Amino acid sequence: MSAVAHAHVEDHEHEHHHKETFMTKYIFSQDHKMIAKQYLITGLFMGIIGIAMSLLFRIQLAWPEQSFAIFEVLLGKWAPEGVMDPNVYLALVTIHGTIMVFFVLTAGLSGTFSNLLIPLQIGARDMASGLLNMISFWLFFLSSAIMVASLFVEAGPAAAGWTIYPPLSALPQAQPGSGMGMTLWLVSMAIFIASSLLGSLNYIVTVLNLRTKGMTMSRLPLTIWAFFVTAIIGVVSFPVLLSAALLLIMDRSFGTSFFLSDIFIQGEVLHYQGGSPVLYEHLFWFLGHPEVYIVLLPALGITSEIIATNARKPIFGYRAMVASILAIAFLSTIVWGHHMFISGMNPFLGSVFTFTTLLIAIPSAVKAFNYITTLWKGNLQFNPAMLFSIGLVSTFISGGLTGIILGDSTLDINVHDTYFVVAHFHLVMGISALYGLFAGVYHWFPKMFGRMMNKNLGYVHFWVTAVCAYGVFFPMHFIGMAGLPRRYYTNTAFPYFDDIADINVVISLFAFTAGAAQLVFLYNFIYSIFYGKKAEQNPWKSNTLEWTTPVEHMHGNWPGEIPHVHRWAYDYSKPGQEEDWVSQIVPLKEGEEELQH
Amino acid sequence: MTTILTLTVLVLIGISIWQISKMFELSQTDRNTTEVANDKDNNTQGKLMFAFLAFIYILTLYSFYAWGDVLLPEAASEHGSDYDNLMWISFALIFFVQTITQALLHYFAYKYRGEKGKKALFYADNDRLEAIWTIIPVITLAGLILYGLYTWTNIMSVEENEDALVVELYAQQFNWKARYAGQDGVLGDANVRFLQDFDGKNLVGIDATDPNGLDDVVVQELHLPVGREVIFKMRSQDVLHSAYMPHFRAQMNCVPGMITEFAFTPITTTEEMRQNPDMIAKVKKINKIRQENSKELVANGEEALEPYIFDYVLLCNKICGASHYNMQMKIVVETEEEYEQWMTQQQTFAQVIQ
Repeated sequence: MSAVAHAHVEDHEHEHHHKETFMTKYIFSQDHKMIAKQYLITGLFMGIIGIAMSLLFRIQLAWPEQSFAIFEVLLGKWAPEGVMDPNVYLALVTIHGTIMVFFVLTAGLSGTFSNLLIPLQIGARDMASGLLNMISFWLFFLSSAIMVASLFVEAGPAAAGWTIYPPLSALPQAQPGSGMGMTLWLVSMAIFIASSLLGSLNYIVTVLNLRTKGMTMSRLPLTIWAFFVTAIIGVVSFPVLLSAALLLIMDRSFGTSFFLSDIFIQGEVLHYQGGSPVLYEHLFWFLGHPEVYIVLLPALGITSEIIATNARKPIFGYRAMVASILAIAFLSTIVWGHHMFISGMNPFLGSVFTFTTLLIAIPSAVKAFNYITTLWKGNLQFNPAMLFSIGLVSTFISGGLTGIILGDSTLDINVHDTYFVVAHFHLVMGISALYGLFAGVYHWFPKMFGRMMNKNLGYVHFWVTAVCAYGVFFPMHFIGMAGLPRRYYTNTAFPYFDDIADINVVISLFAFTAGAAQLVFLYNFIYSIFYGKKAEQNPWKSNTLEWTTPVEHMHGNWPGEIPHVHRWAYDYSKPGQEEDWVSQIVPLKEGEEELQH
Repeated sequence: MTTILTLTVLVLIGISIWQISKMFELSQTDRNTTEVANDKDNNTQGKLMFAFLAFIYILTLYSFYAWGDVLLPEAASEHGSDYDNLMWISFALIFFVQTITQALLHYFAYKYRGEKGKKALFYADNDRLEAIWTIIPVITLAGLILYGLYTWTNIMSVEENEDALVVELYAQQFNWKARYAGQDGVLGDANVRFLQDFDGKNLVGIDATDPNGLDDVVVQELHLPVGREVIFKMRSQDVLHSAYMPHFRAQMNCVPGMITEFAFTPITTTEEMRQNPDMIAKVKKINKIRQENSKELVANGEEALEPYIFDYVLLCNKICGASHYNMQMKIVVETEEEYEQWMTQQQTFAQVIQ
């Protein structure tokens, strides 16, 4: 309650006149808008590293074991004579996965937009606790720094796959990356989880307590619903990953046997007795699967908002959208076992997890159909954000559908851990969530930086990315269906796979082009921060509260009173209104009915 | 050489940035632009959306045309045909839904591209529609789930029986071994603690005091008699591995400290699979590729690649370290007689440790 009182009593005028130093304004800021930008820029920086790594291993996959100068330059002793070492390949795959999933698509996406939009869209002066919010960011920054630092240790960074299954991750004898690199990975992730929990608690408290007058839960924009539920999933599941990480640290450094038993390695019988790697798998995936939705739900929330605004139409089925977010959140915590059908777990459990997993297709299908119906008879404004949102729906469908195969324990037997899985999750959560991130950046750039991004460069960025995303991941299904396992340094050890060599080349070429397209985005992003067109207050003619704040940022968000809310966020093209939008702060006209939603 | 290449790359990057910034300036010529989409943008982008739909369809068709032959051949195990049926049913469903939903999404994007002065339809909800597209997936998925679970239970219920052949698959960084139970049909007790006994000749750690283990046979190549159920018991001595036999639609993780199981009945011998028309075509294609690659090798003074002959393989499919990509074992499926004859040539554990 103290947080609530604090924010309400807080005298923003006083705040405004408070003298701010460079340090308190740009570095140790407690202002949610600044923290959002800090998250975004750190996330983008990590994204550059993550994507660059994928391009490096795509070179190796297309032209295996050949010498490349770029390897020599970038990898140094890890690429003797320009040929990538297998351990380095595994390290690249591992760190690419870790960075993209956690640092870019969790912190970079959810951290940025939850921070930016929760106070602005619910009508609050700031987060419930600005201090915790600041600490949350700096913990994230610290964990990013440690993860990047781990790239430079003597034996290389963690290389056991982003799931870091023990015993591979627990035993330095098993691979070089399981030494110092893995220790840093675990420390970095433990700090990351602390950061994520602080952030999530703050989001939950803020949404529950700091909504302005009239902003009932049923009037919340879908973005806020998505961020709110995402934060709850995070609070429920991240601690379990923390426990897995801590137990793994115990096994690695203090001789316990939580995950290890009966091991003979490098000519030596180890002392571990009675532990089980399967236990680790359970703990990991109890976070690992909800994590997919922690990544995806914010992207879907952003998409809902952007599609409605740019279609100039209410989002179709608001209640069903909220219900499916809740259903997905609930189901996401009881499906983790579908990553473990062939782990040695009791097959009966496999049946249960197949059942719960395929149920997730239902709320997902409802969401997809609702997006499509929202477009129907709209007046679509193709701003870059809208293109990325529609792109998201497309990849969400394409990638989601193959989930029906992977979620089915029977079918999983033969495609488990093949490139089919890689294709599936990259489309449904990787590309979709990245599109959500891009859509969010294009849409709220004017709110963040007071300037507009160039739309033509946005169009180029979208179309090249969209074509390449399918170009990369559609053919990849075929490699998986051919039976090629993922995380293989090369497939040349099996002449049986010689005929997929040309598919790998095609995929890599699309990947490089996609990578180049991201440079267009980066250029546009950085250039526009400084030289972009000055933004109007509400460039997209949107109904939500953030567009009622002044373009110039100020502490406390609104000069004077916080506006009251009189209607839901989706009164676009409402009959009887002059404009095709009505801000949430406009009172109902006499005789006007608020839609019963 | 390296320096020149690096410099070239840097120069190229420089040029591309310069080009992009020029593009940027050009796009800025219209000083009145607000960077918000206008009618012209909506028109172009809407049409591109429709073109993108064509792109998705063409990519799909082209992929099947160009790469349809890399997919796995007919299953070589008894349960494999059930697996394949379920797979094709699921795929038919997926392609149906994919084709329709992508068409609607992109067609609507094209059809309703914005125009100044036009007003969208205020259409916020329709309970009947919502109910329809909730119930249809429910029914479809219920069918899929039931069929899937029925097949799953059939595949995964391993019952010990007299006729079945019991084989242990033993995984270690970075190779596979197989252990047969011998005359008595019972695998002897084993543990990693025994691995160093007998100067390292005890390859899979059999307990020499267990009489059941003495007639066990440990080999590096997996031979299976056709038409007989094989019950695999998986073990690993160091990290997680996964025994993946794609042609038999079979896979199970190998977990240190526990024994996992998977059973199937091979129905196609290696020889028969080599005669399969799809396989003949595939091998021919592979050998053509290998010949091409050999030319380059020979030109560099290296040896040419050997022609490829089809064999079933067991692959490791759980990341296990540096040579994960090359952790494999050949599988030979043969007639009962050939199998028996091969078995008589193998040494038992008792013979090995003598």
